[in-house]
Amino acid sequence: MSATAENAALAQPPLIRITPPSRWWEMRFGEMWEYRELLYFFVWRDIKVRYKQTAIGAAWAVLQPLLTMIVFTLFFGRLAHIPSEGLPYPIFYYSALLPWMYFSASLQNATNTIVENQRVITKVYFPRMALPLSSVLSGLVDFAISFLMFVAMMIYFGIRPSAAILWLPVFLLLALLTALGVGLWLSALNAIYRDVRYVVPFLVQFWMFASPVAYPSSLVPGKWRWLYGINPMAGVIEGFRWSLAGHGEPPGRLILVSSGVVLLVLLSGVAYFQKMETTIADVV
Amino acid sequence: MSEAVIHANGLGKRYRIGERERYYALRDVLARAFVAPFRRQRQSREQAELWALRDVSLDVRQGEVVGLIGRNGAGKTTLLKILSRITRPTKGFAEIRGHVGSLLEVGTGFHPELTGRENVYLSGAILGMKNSEIARKFDEIVSFASVERFIDTPLKHFSTGMQMRLAFAVAAHLEPEILLVDEVLAVGDLEFQKKCLGKMQDVSRSGRTIVFVSHQMNQIRRLCERVLWIDGGQLRQDGRTAEILANYEAASAGLLESEGRPDVPSAKARFESWEILEPRAEKPNVLDTFGPLVIRFTVRVKQPLKNVHHGIHLYNAERQMLWGMGFDGLQLAPGVQQFVYELPALPLRPGAYSWRASLRDDHELIEDWDCLPELVVATMPLTHRMDEWAGILNIPCNFSVAQREIDECATASDKAI
Repeated sequence: MSATAENAALAQPPLIRITPPSRWWEMRFGEMWEYRELLYFFVWRDIKVRYKQTAIGAAWAVLQPLLTMIVFTLFFGRLAHIPSEGLPYPIFYYSALLPWMYFSASLQNATNTIVENQRVITKVYFPRMALPLSSVLSGLVDFAISFLMFVAMMIYFGIRPSAAILWLPVFLLLALLTALGVGLWLSALNAIYRDVRYVVPFLVQFWMFASPVAYPSSLVPGKWRWLYGINPMAGVIEGFRWSLAGHGEPPGRLILVSSGVVLLVLLSGVAYFQKMETTIADVV
Repeated sequence: MSEAVIHANGLGKRYRIGERERYYALRDVLARAFVAPFRRQRQSREQAELWALRDVSLDVRQGEVVGLIGRNGAGKTTLLKILSRITRPTKGFAEIRGHVGSLLEVGTGFHPELTGRENVYLSGAILGMKNSEIARKFDEIVSFASVERFIDTPLKHFSTGMQMRLAFAVAAHLEPEILLVDEVLAVGDLEFQKKCLGKMQDVSRSGRTIVFVSHQMNQIRRLCERVLWIDGGQLRQDGRTAEILANYEAASAGLLESEGRPDVPSAKARFESWEILEPRAEKPNVLDTFGPLVIRFTVRVKQPLKNVHHGIHLYNAERQMLWGMGFDGLQLAPGVQQFVYELPALPLRPGAYSWRASLRDDHELIEDWDCLPELVVATMPLTHRMDEWAGILNIPCNFSVAQREIDECATASDKAI
């Protein structure tokens, strides 16, 4: 900041108005930008702390999807002969597990984050949304590490990605926003009802079977497939398989429906979270 | 300097009792519904509400250092929490001009797995410092805490004292325009407390606004020119430090008085009361002037006493005996007797003190009374402004510097060479 800008800031300090919570939902986005440095520190802390005092450290980020992929390949692939639409089973499963593992870990971390940071919340003010947001962002590091493994697998199986891979960031963003939207709801609920913490593992498990992780979405009758997009993770996973392994049709309609649903979940999540935010320090 | 940077208007905060401690589990909600299916939950809740803060209005101008006093549970922390936006008020509003830093706890945001260095950055960021600001002050913070050797060790291997010092050091280097401090300085060893107080004084001299909660009246006296007294969730008094503290201490003493002493009537005699006869303040246990004073103890004697020993002792709040006096061979007739002490002065620092008066008959104890109410000294402090150099007496003195006509010492030393 230049000297003149600093002087200007001193001359015109911001006026903060503290009022009782309004009956209406307040949307505050600008504040998050103001606190971006704190957000950065939360993400940094989450990453630093995650694998502290573990023997193999960040290798866990690879090991989890890798082992799951092996189990799926053996049982769903070799034994149950679930169609993989011409893709080698390891690629078929790992390309779905990449976004799924990211999503499920982020969702679970986001859900617990308000309760885990209870002490900070009751002692300092900051936009509480920084907490679930940081859980979702810090998961990206694990995603990046496990993605390297995928690159190695692609080379091993000799699969060359098509131009469709340029769409990958879009699908990743969709996964992020899904985790954030649902995470906002669950973390706020968890602050009041600790039951949520026990519900989430089940929710994640059910959700996985409702998503095309262990099977292709082509098992769903074509007529209804776009409806399948109501589960945003169905769109995300199909998008990942298409953009990474270049298999099948571009899942256009599925993604469109999924995006719509994500937008809805996210906006309602933000609204509910910010409504809760006004009392969160009193109840958490 | 005169602009209000904190303006509160009719602030109120309602808690449902137990809300802060209890968290709801769906099970509880269901169980309650099962036990009393027809009772509306809302009703039972409304009965159990508590106004932690009621209709508090105040203005704090830029550069003011304001002390916030009151008994535990009076609402001091709630007020700070509202002003620092941690929780929202139920009623009223507040306007704050400037960046607010709040220090409600020491070590906010510390993580045991991270190193000292990492925790300085994390905690600093959580308390509202910019990354560049922390980087600039980092060395200063570390040497303030004297933990240089361990700065790259995980915090969990720090001793509690070291953790505290590091936490304080971060907090002490917080320099927002408005600083709200709860009673965090009460922790930590004495020397470190002094260091922190010194740091806070520096901050206040640089024109920043501080609102400061403390139960230690000496800290308040040293740091604040103005005091807000919160009582039962309401702003009871607001004014100059000496005046409000005197009232507060008098009220606290009065509180003790109402609790009374154990009613064990002695067969022979008992003390009934004590008071300052001269000079008369608003309350008979408050001394607010320098100079001569007259104190009277009233004793009800029930049977003739031939060989009485009477003594009094004066204690300070730390129960240190400051003065004692005794008289032998008194003869007391039945009835109300008055013991009158005339003193040229009682040059004590402002604060709460207590008398202990005793009566013996032929070496047999009749009564040993911890006199209530306490003696409250509410004179102007005339001591060194640093607590540790101020001592226990409050003595008016004049000081001047004059140069001697002939510099004898200098000529003497000239000769020696």
